[in-house]
Amino acid sequence: MAGKTLYDKLWEAHLVKERDDGTALIYIDRHLIHEVTSPQAFEGLRIANRKPWRLDTNIATPDHNVPTTDRSAGIEDPVARIQVQALDDNCDEFGILEYKMTDPRQGVLHVVGPEQGAALPGMTIVCGDSHTSTHGAFGALAHGIGTSEVEHVLATQCLIQKKMKNMLIRINGNVGSGVTAKDIVLAIIAKIGTAGGTGYAIEFAGEAIEALSVEGRMTVCNMAIEGGARAGMVAVDDTTVDYFKGRTFAPKGELWDQAVVSWRAFYSDDDAVFDAVVELEGAGIIPQVSWGTSPEMVVAIDQALPDPESESDPVKAEGMRRAYQYMDLKPGMTMGDVVPDRVFIGSCTNSRIEDLRSAAEVAKGRKVDAKVLQALVVPGSGLVKKQAEDEGLDQIFIKAGFEWREPGCSMCLAMNADKLGDGEHCASTSNRNFEGRQGYGGRTHLVSPAMAAAAAVSGRFVDVRELLASN
Amino acid sequence: MEKYEKFSGIVAPLDRANIDTDQIIPKQFLKSIKRTGFGPNLFDEWRYLDEGLPEQDCSGRPLNKEFVLNQDRYQGSSVMVARKNFGCGSSREHAPWALTDFGFKAVIAPSFADIFFNNSFKNGLLPIVLSEEIVDELFQGVFGTEGYSLEVDLANQVINTPDGKSVLFDVDPFRKHCLLEGLDDIGITLEDADAIKAFESKHEVAAPWVFNAIKAEA
Ligand code: SF4
Repeated sequence: MAGKTLYDKLWEAHLVKERDDGTALIYIDRHLIHEVTSPQAFEGLRIANRKPWRLDTNIATPDHNVPTTDRSAGIEDPVARIQVQALDDNCDEFGILEYKMTDPRQGVLHVVGPEQGAALPGMTIVCGDSHTSTHGAFGALAHGIGTSEVEHVLATQCLIQKKMKNMLIRINGNVGSGVTAKDIVLAIIAKIGTAGGTGYAIEFAGEAIEALSVEGRMTVCNMAIEGGARAGMVAVDDTTVDYFKGRTFAPKGELWDQAVVSWRAFYSDDDAVFDAVVELEGAGIIPQVSWGTSPEMVVAIDQALPDPESESDPVKAEGMRRAYQYMDLKPGMTMGDVVPDRVFIGSCTNSRIEDLRSAAEVAKGRKVDAKVLQALVVPGSGLVKKQAEDEGLDQIFIKAGFEWREPGCSMCLAMNADKLGDGEHCASTSNRNFEGRQGYGGRTHLVSPAMAAAAAVSGRFVDVRELLASN
Repeated sequence: MEKYEKFSGIVAPLDRANIDTDQIIPKQFLKSIKRTGFGPNLFDEWRYLDEGLPEQDCSGRPLNKEFVLNQDRYQGSSVMVARKNFGCGSSREHAPWALTDFGFKAVIAPSFADIFFNNSFKNGLLPIVLSEEIVDELFQGVFGTEGYSLEVDLANQVINTPDGKSVLFDVDPFRKHCLLEGLDDIGITLEDADAIKAFESKHEVAAPWVFNAIKAEA
């Protein structure tokens, strides 16, 4: 009999019941809750007079709507204020742990969960947010759900699921220096397309992935959804285990030892069979930038922008033409021709301490170019912010002309005051470059934190490796 | 949820691939804590010429006359056809809420993003997957004939075109059952409460650290 994949093992360890119709009930270990996708779910519980199945599984924090400037006066936008208030009230009413907006542990949920050890290896983790795939980085089965499912998980601690297919994406060999997790995942999406992973759970493997820290693996898994897969994951290894030791909600003492033994079983067997295998050469990946309005519209920094006329798929070619029009760019240009009006370093993809360190390394001793209207650094959580301040990174950014902000989703989706103006280009470390994502008429270019910092200090998109070489 | 009955509806053609949920309902409208009222802001950035604001009265806003949903011939439509990977992006259930609030009951495309696909069934919106060729034919039909409508018959898993053609489609039996009967998933799952409890006891032995770790602070 063929061996099992990591996904098979996680699935089996949480299978409550298989039903005759081919669906299954899957038990959920952790449920992360934020203000945007939960109010209607709590309302549903109240209407049906239902209680949460368990309380010790849930953790909440507001992140999408919160201002990233001084919060002591509350939220100015009345509609956002009501939504954050609704989360506070619901968590209080039902007895759910919440880090409120002014709590030093507040932050983007996908940063906070692992940071607190609330999300752990071997778990099933869900959240009403598609970037829940982030948590797969440490050998967990994690994916986004809709609001009806948020209510379903609250009420039953389970989800009705159909098993996905298995895909392996292997990066052979390591990547060069100055090439980050973000470049790896952008290169992957450019290769498989935004629907390439639809219906699959993706396991990322190979030397370049093994060499990444857990934070880097989170960046990769975060964007599994941009490749169409609800869940992305990486097998548990020493790096994973070390990352969780001593975290607030991680097991301690004997329980820790027991947990580590159990977690170490979460890898794919050598003889496991995948429904699809994709391979990339690590040495071939260099810093990446997205040029269009879909995360698959990506080029390496030294490449010319592609010509829709040479695209054989007519639907794809039409999408490219539309993207060129929206982005006000032309085939044949290079990204070096583009001036970023704003720069955003943040989001659940790239706002952890290592991301800030790598951006600071580039910003150090340099100045944000005069053509750049604003460069924002938004740490992923209050604890990341504090850590960065302890290391003096905030001062490096501020001296270079960046703004140093409070944690939240911020300009990743512009639900708060941080947004692009109509027609502005942005070098952004977030994950989506859809039309209007970062503000009405805004034009997003997805890059790594180091590339974003390099764009900020150069006033155009450049290969960060050139700056690093002169450091 | 209401029972999903057989119906016939005008078809609106949205001739694009990779339509994402940020387009279906832009983020500023996600601040609502209700499930209803999203219809006027469906495809807000394509439908209007100005930038939409939450809780705004949309009746006086300048319309983008070229956008499909603003064209006279597609008024009152309840079926949408689109290209592949419909509903990609954010998990926001506000996307199917906006589509149904507007009046859509079915979306036909060669493929859908997983989370959107799931969310739709829970809100009385039927996503129908058909081959690229058939979707192409439907586009041609809709563009060529004013008032083009389709009959959607979920019970028999078939759509009937005005020229008398019947096209079968696949649907997951459980989801079909829930839609046809208007059933609430949670109620169905809770019928298995004993199985969930039994699993939980077993799981607590295998992975005790999962339990009793997180508590609300006083
Ligand atoms: S940072 Fe962006 S992608 Fe991540 S949860 Fe927030 S809005 Fe979503």
